[in-house]
Amino acid sequence: MAAISPPASQTSAFDRARHWLRDSRIPPVYGILVIIFLVSIVLDLVFGIDDQLYIFNRTIMTNVLVRSVALGIVAVGQTFVMIGASIDLSVAYLISLTAVGASFLMNGNPDNIWWSVLVLIGIGVVVGFVNGTLITRLKVNSLIATLGVGLIIKGLLNAAFDNFAGSVPASFQTFAYGSIGPMPISVLVLFLVVAVGWFILRRMRFGAHLYATGGSEEVARLSGLRTERILTMAHIICSTTAVLTGLFVVSRLRSGAPWVGTDGLYDLESIAATVIGGTTLSGGRGGVWGTLAGVLIFSLLDTTFNQIGINAYMKQILRGAIIILAVGFYTVRSMREAA
Amino acid sequence: MAESFLTEAQPVTETSSSGANDVPPVLEAQNIVKRFPGVVALNDVSVAFAPGEVHAVVGENGAGKSTLMKVLAGAHRPDEGRLLLNGEPVIFNHPSAAQASGISIIYQEFNLLPDRTVMENIYLGREPHRFGIVDYKQLEVNTRRVLRELEAEKLIDPRAMLGTLSVAQQQVVEIAKAISLDAKVLIMDEPTAALATHEVAVLTDLIHRLRARGIAIIYISHRLIEVFELSQKVTVMKDGELIGTKPTSDVTMGQVVEMMVGRVLTDYFPERGRPEDIGPMALRLENASNKMLHNIDLELRSGEIVGVAGLQGSGRTALAQAIFGVDPFETGTMVIQGEPRLLRKPAEAVRRRFGYVTEDRKTEGLTLKQPINDNVLLTLRTLQNKLARAFRNGTRNDKDLALELAQRVDVRAPGMDSEVQYLSGGNQQKVVLAKWLATDASVLIFDEPTRGIDVEAKASIHDRIRELARAGAVVMMISSELPEIIGMSDRVVVMWDGRIVGELPGGSSEAEIMQLATGFANGGFEGVAAPASNPQPAG
Repeated sequence: MAAISPPASQTSAFDRARHWLRDSRIPPVYGILVIIFLVSIVLDLVFGIDDQLYIFNRTIMTNVLVRSVALGIVAVGQTFVMIGASIDLSVAYLISLTAVGASFLMNGNPDNIWWSVLVLIGIGVVVGFVNGTLITRLKVNSLIATLGVGLIIKGLLNAAFDNFAGSVPASFQTFAYGSIGPMPISVLVLFLVVAVGWFILRRMRFGAHLYATGGSEEVARLSGLRTERILTMAHIICSTTAVLTGLFVVSRLRSGAPWVGTDGLYDLESIAATVIGGTTLSGGRGGVWGTLAGVLIFSLLDTTFNQIGINAYMKQILRGAIIILAVGFYTVRSMREAA
Repeated sequence: MAESFLTEAQPVTETSSSGANDVPPVLEAQNIVKRFPGVVALNDVSVAFAPGEVHAVVGENGAGKSTLMKVLAGAHRPDEGRLLLNGEPVIFNHPSAAQASGISIIYQEFNLLPDRTVMENIYLGREPHRFGIVDYKQLEVNTRRVLRELEAEKLIDPRAMLGTLSVAQQQVVEIAKAISLDAKVLIMDEPTAALATHEVAVLTDLIHRLRARGIAIIYISHRLIEVFELSQKVTVMKDGELIGTKPTSDVTMGQVVEMMVGRVLTDYFPERGRPEDIGPMALRLENASNKMLHNIDLELRSGEIVGVAGLQGSGRTALAQAIFGVDPFETGTMVIQGEPRLLRKPAEAVRRRFGYVTEDRKTEGLTLKQPINDNVLLTLRTLQNKLARAFRNGTRNDKDLALELAQRVDVRAPGMDSEVQYLSGGNQQKVVLAKWLATDASVLIFDEPTRGIDVEAKASIHDRIRELARAGAVVMMISSELPEIIGMSDRVVVMWDGRIVGELPGGSSEAEIMQLATGFANGGFEGVAAPASNPQPAG
């Protein structure tokens, strides 16, 4: 956080800033985002190839946002289940299934778009329901239940397809490549998903009950909440966002293959982005705006490293470090609160 | 998500027969029996609670108070007997059913969410809403109304995050939640246990206001002074039975203590230590304090069993943990064998041949999924050199040693490779004991060594403890069971409110111990409770 406060001429100013940051309850993820932004400028100044700073280039900045869409949408869903103290490892497989399913079902014919989308969303709802039921009724650990469901999806998919199958019609690709004015449609969809997620979590009873269920299942149950239903609903929402991400991915690629979801690391990265955004693994805390900031951090890093052409593995190291630092920071902070 | 699953209390047949008092009781328990495997927790308990009355329930640890409250609040179903609410028999299947009928319970551990706001906590599951969208304005209005009724609107901001409030404020939120549920009966389980002295006054005021609203308050407390200040009636329980209910003004504290104790000793105990057994001083605490303990002075001698009595939360376990370095003393001196030294970590204590048989053997004493052999050798292995530690089963000698120790403490099991989780409580506790024997511990602290184990195993463990003392060990034994304290100890220290309030010779009576343990022989609020808010200066 030091980078935000003015150079500390005396410790008190620094301390005051530190305390203000701590007491304000602003998730540190926004601070990290600003830092990454500043670091990107510095890296660009030092290693940049041309004279113009890419950071102020609209096309490149739009690209940062577009890069965030696929991960961003599914991370919103992941935020829901993690607030409920659950987790979903099946999203990557469901994204693959959706991508393959969409190109197979639509098969280049624009007439097939709507019913295909409905069928795929239906599949998402079923997967979410199965995940939620396994976790809440059969009491299977969420990590194991969703991993198992994911592997089943993977098996079914690999049995039926071994490569790119069919294609989506050109009109469907408007989702990924179209824009309204200067704003890409996909980015608008991302913001819409985040806004709806925020509204559900912060304004609706379901949101309040989901936070309660994640915060303490026992307290929620004793207050008369049907925690099983609430958590199952969160899983249905999560799987639905995975389907949306799958649709975006396939509209970008034109055709889906069984590995697009897993290769995109959407399972682990959606969890990482959510955690960086301030949603705890233990549940009951966090929100979708933080998650969006977490996703933007990843996209900004990707773009910066692409622009300046540094070894891509450095990017992975940096990501890992950011995840660890963020979680460590949150833990220390909540320990102070408890004290 | 809309509806709640609160099942209405189901009215059973016929109506009430009682009601001899002037005010008909709002809640009445009739001939309640509750059995748990091996124990009768409540035996034929009948008691009535009148509106607008503070009804204190007192008794030793394990007297059955908490079980009775859980029956009243719907957390336990009674095996026999019935509950009458406003004269109507009721059956509660779930705590929320009792809550919906106006019976709320406030546990010591609050049922609140630290990461949600005050108003979200109070109306959890009952938020005002339209089409699933929470009406936060209305929610705040409702919350303020409830807080105003409690005259606590200045004390608590409805929008504050619950986790940022003090314990006392959180307790007010719990009470507000009960009031918002239109509670007719409010059960408070040790409400002052976690409060600082000045906070107790806030609670006392609140209780007076609740009484004025006609709410029946059931007040469980170990602190007799509070009981006498607050209550109109007092019920005394002992060993799962109701000894009596009296108007508080008709009895004295001494009489209440008499009712709480006075039981025939039935258990067998080994002979006490003979004067020649008791050796030199081995461990001395001087003015030792930490957050939970204040100015502890204590001397432990080899060959002597010192019993530590006191009610729950009096600091008994904190004392054991401080000595053993779990939650070390922050100030003061600890002298071990003439050498001043505070132990800062359990590992240091183990290396100095301290042993600690913890209160909860299942979580703190044993690794349940490991065989007896590994459990017995667990601590010893940390003391051996690295090479021996590297081999999981150690040397052949280790195996023989484990077997010998298990036989010495008389563990009954199919074999040394049986997983500890399948043993009975008594045998599990013997394994814990063997674990410390393996390290040749010379200072042994027992915290509730015989809780929840059968009579035979109990006697066996008592014998082993006495043997250890005879062989020259320093033994400190914490127990909630007064007969055990009296039967085993050569000397008894009594704790209250984080300090040692008295020392009695072995063979003292239960009444003498209880007088000290309930704080009523200690000079009352002014004399004893006050220093708690003035922590001693360090040093």
